[in-house]
Amino acid sequence: MMDSVRELQRMQGEMNRVFSGIGQSLSREVPPVNAWVGEADVIVAAELPGVDPGKVEISVVGDTLTISGSREAEALKAGESYHRQERDFGRFSRTIQLPFHVEANKVEAKYARGLLKITLPRAEADKPRKIAVKYE
Amino acid sequence: MDERVDYQKKPASNPAETERTRNRKVFVPKVDIIETGDTMVMYADIPGADEKTIDVTLEKSVLTIRGSIVPQEFEGRSIAYAEYDVGDYERSFTVSDGVDRERIEAVVKNGVLKLILHKVPQVETKKIAVRTE
Repeated sequence: MMDSVRELQRMQGEMNRVFSGIGQSLSREVPPVNAWVGEADVIVAAELPGVDPGKVEISVVGDTLTISGSREAEALKAGESYHRQERDFGRFSRTIQLPFHVEANKVEAKYARGLLKITLPRAEADKPRKIAVKYE
Repeated sequence: MDERVDYQKKPASNPAETERTRNRKVFVPKVDIIETGDTMVMYADIPGADEKTIDVTLEKSVLTIRGSIVPQEFEGRSIAYAEYDVGDYERSFTVSDGVDRERIEAVVKNGVLKLILHKVPQVETKKIAVRTE
């Protein structure tokens, strides 16, 4: 179960960080992810703008999800120079602990508008089972 | 020279902040600006925004990019963990007179907005011959 008090505290911390200065780069893991949990599956979304979907690797083992890949910068030609360079490039990799075991061969991933969306169905064996209470 | 006078240039103070009518967070997208021979290319990371929600305007010498995002929601599932926040994107740049105002190209792909600003060819100084009468 989600600890709602902890979640609120985390959100408070997040707000303080966001409002501490616009445009300031936050130290965070790449790519940042959000996760939605339902009874039958979990959806993980990651912000990955400007990435070639063919260069993103997703692997699932038990209840861990690993997203890795690389984001390549536009190559500068001769005579070109940067006025500003704020975007980050390079390899990224991160592992996320899921709330339950998932069906690895039924995982779906889609990439659109710079967002990666991964749908991970809960493993059949991991689903909660109802146990009927018998009357003696 | 009088040493008490500060000859250093002063950074411009922020103009009076304007408030938005919609109560949504605004993010400043990260950009790369590359100068090529006759163009200036700007890349801005705006994950979640697409061509329908991106707005590029040039007013006088201020180029503004705006993008809005529809927050993701999935029926029957509740958010359990969040590292990134969603909101609108907004950022403005002052462009020089050397930019061709009629030829600004904007393309969006995979959450990255690419703007191509063409430079106006340099007007050559015209020499006026002076005759004697």
